[in-house]
Amino acid sequence: MSVARFWRKIPQRYNLIGTKCETCGQHFFPPRTFCPDCRRTGKIVDHKFAGTGTIVTYTVIQTAPDQFASPGPYVLAIIKLDEGPQMTSQIICDPKDAKIGMRVRGVFRKIATDGESGIIHYGTKFVPVE
Amino acid sequence: MRDVAVIGVGCTKFGEHWNRSFRDLFVEAGALALEDAQLSGEKIDAMYVGNMSAGRFIEQEHIGALIADYAGMATRHIPSTRVEAACASGGLAFRQAVIAVASGMEDIVVAAGVEKMTDVEPGASTDALTGAADREWEGFVGATFPGLYAMIATDYMHKYGMTREQLAHVAVKNHYNGARNPIAQFPQEITLQTVLKSTMVAEPLRLFDCSPITDGAAAVIVAPLERAREFTDTPIKVMATAQASDTITLHDRRDISTLDASVAAGQRAFAMAKLTHKDINMVEVHDCFSIAEICAIEDLGFCKKGTAGTLTADGETALGGRIPVNTSGGLKACGHPVGATGIKQVYEIVQQLRNEAGKRQIEGAKIGMTHNVGGTGATVAVHILGRV
Ligand SMILES: [Zn+2]
Repeated sequence: MSVARFWRKIPQRYNLIGTKCETCGQHFFPPRTFCPDCRRTGKIVDHKFAGTGTIVTYTVIQTAPDQFASPGPYVLAIIKLDEGPQMTSQIICDPKDAKIGMRVRGVFRKIATDGESGIIHYGTKFVPVE
Repeated sequence: MRDVAVIGVGCTKFGEHWNRSFRDLFVEAGALALEDAQLSGEKIDAMYVGNMSAGRFIEQEHIGALIADYAGMATRHIPSTRVEAACASGGLAFRQAVIAVASGMEDIVVAAGVEKMTDVEPGASTDALTGAADREWEGFVGATFPGLYAMIATDYMHKYGMTREQLAHVAVKNHYNGARNPIAQFPQEITLQTVLKSTMVAEPLRLFDCSPITDGAAAVIVAPLERAREFTDTPIKVMATAQASDTITLHDRRDISTLDASVAAGQRAFAMAKLTHKDINMVEVHDCFSIAEICAIEDLGFCKKGTAGTLTADGETALGGRIPVNTSGGLKACGHPVGATGIKQVYEIVQQLRNEAGKRQIEGAKIGMTHNVGGTGATVAVHILGRV
């Protein structure tokens, strides 16, 4: 991924900054600049997500694609954020402990490296809430 | 709108064609389809070609012109258009060809699909396929295609209690069918143990739940139904063409283990053909992973949500069952050259309807269906074909 392509998404990836439609109250993560329900009557503003949520479904990927920081096995999950939207991310935990309904919170972690001396990409992974 | 018929079909053998190029493959499929329709190339008015990622797989874009050129059409300057919708590229190319003829704009149109996937390293082909999902919000965080479908499987098994063994029956059945298909990449029968002991890829999916990396091409020729008998004694009518879209990401779906685009495309196709699922004699569904076949059977309305595992384990989707699914061997055993798959599904149904499917033949087949999915269900194409 090019530097600019990654850099322009830093607020969203690092800090879970999404958007919210003030017309209907829906939250969007990843951010949308257009409310699919209100369309032109929607009013979109930035929203910082609390970063807590629940695992909807998951898998344990045995072998990671080359560029990823964790070679595998690693837990990949769909997380329902408490504000409503769902997102895909990794869960940092023993793969045996992952389960549907588990409470998790977002943390800042290394995701991948572009090539051996390439730029390092960071983003939000999740850990179980004690 | 005019009625449209398939008048010729052709398909290469699917597999790892180390000694054959992208061009060799589509030229062979096109020549077979022309021969089947007893047609010379001068009669072709237009071409549509489904191709997902020649740019990534062979560093070649501009596929429409390339194919027309190597098919000998360059000096006739016919319109030739590439269609891309990830793994549904072939299904959409077929649909575009049908629409072109139905509209009256063109008469004799080729719909082809081609993919040459083995000219890059396996890591590179896996990464190219990840482009069918959301690169920024799925691929970036470590989602692979097996991983996304595995999350569908986890959700499905949690909700409906399908067992791991029931899921394995999908692959066993598709290999049984593939063993009876001369174009199949893996024409070998397997057992439940083959699946259950194969390497874990993304829990709960194992290697034998996953379709392979494949080279191959397929082509079909469509024409107005009223002209079809000029070319063939066994025209096959296109009774319905339908297409639907959904969110690009899996996580934004209403329900993780229902492909709403399959539901929508299926309902539109049945409405257009004025038929119900009970009228369908066999269906080719998009089993890129075993769980995808389970969801497809339900989303198209062949059984209630949550019951396809039992239906499959009971043999109702096998040859001779209540609704035979993937008589070709499906993507799993026949192979999955992504852009060609949607056209190969039409090729299989046409063979069945012409009573030319050999050891896979469904007795008295009159009406068949195809179901082609892009990504995790962001695009779905469904077609219904019937004997006339
Ligand atoms: Zn809104």
